[in-house]
Amino acid sequence: MRLEKCYFCSSTIYPGHGTMFVRNDSKVFRFCRSKCNAAFKHKRNPRKVRWTKAFRKAAGKEMTIDSTFEFEKRRNVPVRYDRELVTTTVKALKRVTEIRAKRERVFYKNRMAGNKEREKAEFISEVQRNIELVQAPSTKIKTQVSKILEKKTQKQLQEQDMEVDG
Amino acid sequence: MALYNFKRIQPVPAANDFLDIVLSRTQRKTPTVIHKSYKIGRIRQFYMRKVKFTQDTFEEKLKAMLEEFPKLDDIHPFYADLMNVLYDKDHYKLALGQINTARHLIDQVAKEYVRLLKFGDSLYRCKQLKKAALGRMATIMKRQKDSLAYLEQVRQHLSRLPSIDPNTRTLLVCGYPNVGKSSFMNKVTRADVDVQPYAFTTKSLFVGHMDYKYLRWQVIDTPGILDHPLEQMNTIEMQSVTALAHLRACILFFMDLSEHCGYSVEDQINDFYQIKLYHNIKPLFTNKPTFIVINKIDIVRPENLPVEQQDMLKEITEKDGAQIIQLSCHTDEGVMDARNIVKLKGQKINDVINKIHLAEPQARDNVARPPIIPEEVKGRSLFNINDPNRRKLERDLEVENGGPGVYSVDLNKLYIVKDPEWKYDSIPEIIDGKNIADFIDPDIQEKLDLLEREEERLENEGVYDSVEEIVDSEDEALRNLATEIREKKKSIIQAHRSKKMMKNRPILPRTVKTKSIEEMEEQLGKLGLDTSAVRARSLTRKRKRDDDGDSDHMDIDRSPSDLKSRRLGLSVTRDRSVAGLTIGQQKQTAKYRKFAQRRPNQHAKAGEADRSIQVKRPKHLFSKKSSIGKRDWR
Repeated sequence: MRLEKCYFCSSTIYPGHGTMFVRNDSKVFRFCRSKCNAAFKHKRNPRKVRWTKAFRKAAGKEMTIDSTFEFEKRRNVPVRYDRELVTTTVKALKRVTEIRAKRERVFYKNRMAGNKEREKAEFISEVQRNIELVQAPSTKIKTQVSKILEKKTQKQLQEQDMEVDG
Repeated sequence: MALYNFKRIQPVPAANDFLDIVLSRTQRKTPTVIHKSYKIGRIRQFYMRKVKFTQDTFEEKLKAMLEEFPKLDDIHPFYADLMNVLYDKDHYKLALGQINTARHLIDQVAKEYVRLLKFGDSLYRCKQLKKAALGRMATIMKRQKDSLAYLEQVRQHLSRLPSIDPNTRTLLVCGYPNVGKSSFMNKVTRADVDVQPYAFTTKSLFVGHMDYKYLRWQVIDTPGILDHPLEQMNTIEMQSVTALAHLRACILFFMDLSEHCGYSVEDQINDFYQIKLYHNIKPLFTNKPTFIVINKIDIVRPENLPVEQQDMLKEITEKDGAQIIQLSCHTDEGVMDARNIVKLKGQKINDVINKIHLAEPQARDNVARPPIIPEEVKGRSLFNINDPNRRKLERDLEVENGGPGVYSVDLNKLYIVKDPEWKYDSIPEIIDGKNIADFIDPDIQEKLDLLEREEERLENEGVYDSVEEIVDSEDEALRNLATEIREKKKSIIQAHRSKKMMKNRPILPRTVKTKSIEEMEEQLGKLGLDTSAVRARSLTRKRKRDDDGDSDHMDIDRSPSDLKSRRLGLSVTRDRSVAGLTIGQQKQTAKYRKFAQRRPNQHAKAGEADRSIQVKRPKHLFSKKSSIGKRDWR
């Protein structure tokens, strides 16, 4: 028994699940569910469909280059059964998965790193433009907003100074 | 026999016919209408096409002719020689050569005139040029009259030649004239050769076929040969000589000892015609199985001949290894024997023996390469089922352990693993959604160690250090405000969209639509503005009206019922269906109407509002016969 990967979305297919299509050039396509099969039949390119693993990898949304990927491979070299080897392998497998998960977390964090700043800028512009929608244009609010903005510019200036000093 | 079939050659027309064919083809296949008012380019094109087309046709026909006639160098030497004998090689080659030259000449004429036509400046001149071109071509062709006539004759004769296959098993019958060659042929094959009691009845080669042991043999009957030098032989004799010279065949040399043929075996003392002939043409028999066939034994048998003649025959057989066969075509004596004897002498082995190579491998070096027998096998004794100490087979195990259907073969015991204990391990395949097989790698431990070291390095570098996010209260406030704005925006868009949805309703223009004061009040209130001014105006005005009881007007005494009726009158609907009904009654009727409609609605039946045709076929429109024009006014 083997766990296969879905041709379209690259999810794991457990034995007894999914569909298999064998093209007349004997290439085998496995699909985890009818959704993937249907997408294949519509000739969709998995790299261009946003929800697939292939897209996420191609678009840089997931970690693709890492030494932990070197462990899982179809090696096509027959190895005679060795109990110790299997034990170490299972242990290694667990450890590798753990490390990978850790690294993926870091990857995600790095990927999302700039979001806070951008979001804030968006909020500020939103507030500046459309404050009238929720609050009457009174002086009080305006001062509030301007205060926030002022603070921000100050911060930026400081940072710039710091950079200059450094 | 497809190789030498001269029957397919197309007839060669005489020169005049040839011209007619080509010119009429030009006339038929090229356009014929031309006017001098056409553009000169078109006129030139028209005539150039005619010239070119004529040349093409000539070329095509002549080329076909040249290709179809056999080339003497390409065909089998037998046929080449035969054609030389029959038609004269030089003459034949010359005729074909002339045809080829004519072809080239015509080609040149056409080229020349096409070039001239390019400069033709009027229809007339172009036409004259074309005429000249075709005329010259015709002249060239007419000069080939003799060659064409000769080739036609050759063709006719060729097509009548017997189709002799030079490469098959063949019997060649030869000898003096009138010795019974054709009679033998008639006996042996199904060919119907003319047999007459005079010399040279057979004037050309004839072919017959016979089957012997499921093999087809070709029998060739040749014209008789007289005993005189080669130079003096005529065409008829030469055909025989050609056949003898070039065909690889089994030769039957016929002799007539009875001298009924008119030629003696040995005329008196010196003239041994038939035997002399044999000696003369003997060089042609080399490497061919030869038989001397003594015919007409019903008249004279060789035993009854004079001693000298017998000696001569004996000499031939002894010297040349030729075998003597006796037969009589008249009484059929020995004919079938002759046939069979001839066949039995196969020459096939000589053809094949030089192609056979018997390979004998030789040692390439001194290295000994003994067979490899495993040690384990060496110690084994021969398996014997009756031996009680014999090796245990799987079959024996099966019988011991409950027989077929109960015993299941243990294949694990055959596994080759380091520790025999592991043989019966159940090997895990899947763990944590991963194939273990994909991770199996003899040096996984090293790789894992490497990874661990890398991990340590990363940790030291502080890659995994998480930075605590400081949540600013002002940021929080900003976020809340922005979210509020966004939600507001969203709701506005939503409201707008829902309004935009037509749902089959008429749309009122924006200016007509009113907003209630309440809505305005609410909206402004939400924004945190003072709304007292919104109501202020309407409230004051209303109050004004109500308080308008000032004494300028006449004081009219109005009863409250009066007031009520006036208001009612203003608000009453002008619907005729409810006219005269009180509001209560109106409600009642509406209720009843609905109730009455309920059941039909439930059963999806037609209601009052549905279109209905009361009478489908009104009697007055469909009864009685009607003549034309009655229907519309009836």
